[in-house]
Amino acid sequence: MTEAAVSPYSARQGAPSFAARALQAVTSRLVVIVPYLWLLVFFLVPFLIVFKISLSQTAIAMPPYTPVLSFEDGISGFISQLSELNFDNYLWLADDPLYFNAYVSSVWIAGVSTFFALLVGYPVAYGMARAPASLRPTLLMLVILPFWTSFLIRVYAWMGILKPEGLLNQLLLNLGIIDTPLLIMNTHTAIFIGIVYSYLPFMILPLYSALEKMDYSLIEAAQDLGCPPISAFWKITFPLSLPGVIAGCMLVFIPAVGEFVIPDLLGGSQTLMIGKTLWNEFFANRDWPVSSAVAVILLLLLIVPIMIFQFSQARAQEQGR
Amino acid sequence: MKSLGSIRRSFAPWNDPSARPYISFENVTKVFGDFTAVDKLSLDIYEREFFALLGGSGSGKSTLLRMLAGFDEPTSGRILLDGQDLRGIPPYKRPLNMMFQSYALFPHMTVEANIGFGLKQEGMPKADIDARVTEMLKLVKLEQFGKRKPHQLSGGQRQRVALARAVAKRPKVLLLDEPLGALDKKLREETQFELMDLQQSLGLTFIIVTHDQEEAMTMADRIAILDKGHLMQVATPAEIYEAPASRFVANFVGNVNMFEGTVAAREEASVRITGASGAQILVENAGDSAPGNTVAFAVRPEKIKVSSKRPDGVVNAMEGEIYDLAYLGDMTVYHVRLDDGQVVKASSLNSSRVADDQLTWNDRAWISFQPDAGVVLTQ
Repeated sequence: MTEAAVSPYSARQGAPSFAARALQAVTSRLVVIVPYLWLLVFFLVPFLIVFKISLSQTAIAMPPYTPVLSFEDGISGFISQLSELNFDNYLWLADDPLYFNAYVSSVWIAGVSTFFALLVGYPVAYGMARAPASLRPTLLMLVILPFWTSFLIRVYAWMGILKPEGLLNQLLLNLGIIDTPLLIMNTHTAIFIGIVYSYLPFMILPLYSALEKMDYSLIEAAQDLGCPPISAFWKITFPLSLPGVIAGCMLVFIPAVGEFVIPDLLGGSQTLMIGKTLWNEFFANRDWPVSSAVAVILLLLLIVPIMIFQFSQARAQEQGR
Repeated sequence: MKSLGSIRRSFAPWNDPSARPYISFENVTKVFGDFTAVDKLSLDIYEREFFALLGGSGSGKSTLLRMLAGFDEPTSGRILLDGQDLRGIPPYKRPLNMMFQSYALFPHMTVEANIGFGLKQEGMPKADIDARVTEMLKLVKLEQFGKRKPHQLSGGQRQRVALARAVAKRPKVLLLDEPLGALDKKLREETQFELMDLQQSLGLTFIIVTHDQEEAMTMADRIAILDKGHLMQVATPAEIYEAPASRFVANFVGNVNMFEGTVAAREEASVRITGASGAQILVENAGDSAPGNTVAFAVRPEKIKVSSKRPDGVVNAMEGEIYDLAYLGDMTVYHVRLDDGQVVKASSLNSSRVADDQLTWNDRAWISFQPDAGVVLTQ
């Protein structure tokens, strides 16, 4: 980097005026402040509102819960509201095994889907990274292309493919591979297929970026030292792509846990997932406080592994990778 | 041609007809798409030789090395190692190791793990690996750095780790692809001598690829000069410098003056060459040139004498004007424009502090050289 690039002021122009320096300090701060402000307004505030609702009780009112932290009834009303705040909704979640099962089932479905997304995504990303450089932008484009169609339409399309009289069964029946239609719709398999298909780009992109910047001479060096190609993959390529693997898995696992559309459309009524449970509590039961509590617990459930991951990354960085 | 016996080394298996080459390229061609990287090339390399492949980019020198390592297969022809045809043998089964230009150190492994990697592949017991790794760290003077990761090392240290890793398996042949390219000049010069010592003490065959002629001259027993996939000359550094086989080689290695002309007469090994302006020079080392041939007499700058008057008793002398000069301390470089327009480079050693024959810009001056100062080139 040249010195001129470090500071916009060259020595020839003399020291910048105080005002200019102050302005520069403010602008450079501003660049940091904007995303934080964004997170504060669009994440933290809504979360606090949800958290507030989760501490109240349902009521036949608009909105359908007892008011919390409002000054409509003056200071005394505010204090009496505070004393009514409790964690009943959270205890309720712990009491009813439905919620526990929904959480476990969600994590399991998301975990299995993430595993298969990795299994499918890794070879694709590897092939893209090893493709001729002139071809790579096209391949990248093809991965992103599905986003140009509505997510909902694509999930509906899978219903058309997977249903008993759908495209897949017709094809297999006509080819004589099966005698009776496969029952894929409304099973976990359909959910796995839906999630793997929908979230595959989020797996491929970080994997691709990790694999693409890897120096191929490392593989040649490993082979030169007596390591056959498959072994070289596990000893060199895979460990070096781990950051991409972790990022990809996070990007698939986290939204998949709370996924609602795919289990609702492809998984049928008997599928238990926390997203569906939340929807039911909110719209069918109109129990906003309980559904808020469900959402808060879901967030905590997801935030803990992310924090652990971040912490371990930071520590690894300190130790010099 | 006069024998260069005085500078011939004692180690010279290539002059021994009974010596068997250790590595042989036989009529090797390598084509990438419509680009011929190596064209029907044959080359013998002997055991314990320090051999340099020298050429510009696209000369095919790296392709030769990669074919030897097994990363590329020849399109036609064969490569023999100790009499065995290497075709079809994958890189991980070849008894030679390579030091990569980028070093290619595994970033997620410690220095120790990097050096021990090849040994672990062999299935060597852990205690033996540890002993060998310690020995290698000592060899490259990095005893304290075994637990570090490559990114915590300096460029020179990484280069040593790459070297230690490549020799840890005690390969029969070590291939070095521009091994000093990423080092600064001073470190490069030091490392050149260390590599030579290492080659001597380990008794290995070293094949080095480089574009730096000085590096090749310093280290190698023999140098192969490559251009566009063809072998231009294979010889010792002294032969390459003093007796280049062609205009290309003469120009590629060091500075040279070419006196172009036609052979007027030949007597034994000396010929009379008539230049474009009609001036004649009488020179030796005529090679296979015959009267009527268009030839060039190649003379190195340090073999040309510059003086203010025509020296007595010289056969070849030409008059001109000092066009440019550079005082470098240990020597002075003159550019003399002859009266026929040719610019001749001459360098003279400043053996005394004050020269008695002070020449400066635009002075009239004579250049002169002995008949055996250069060689006659027909190609």
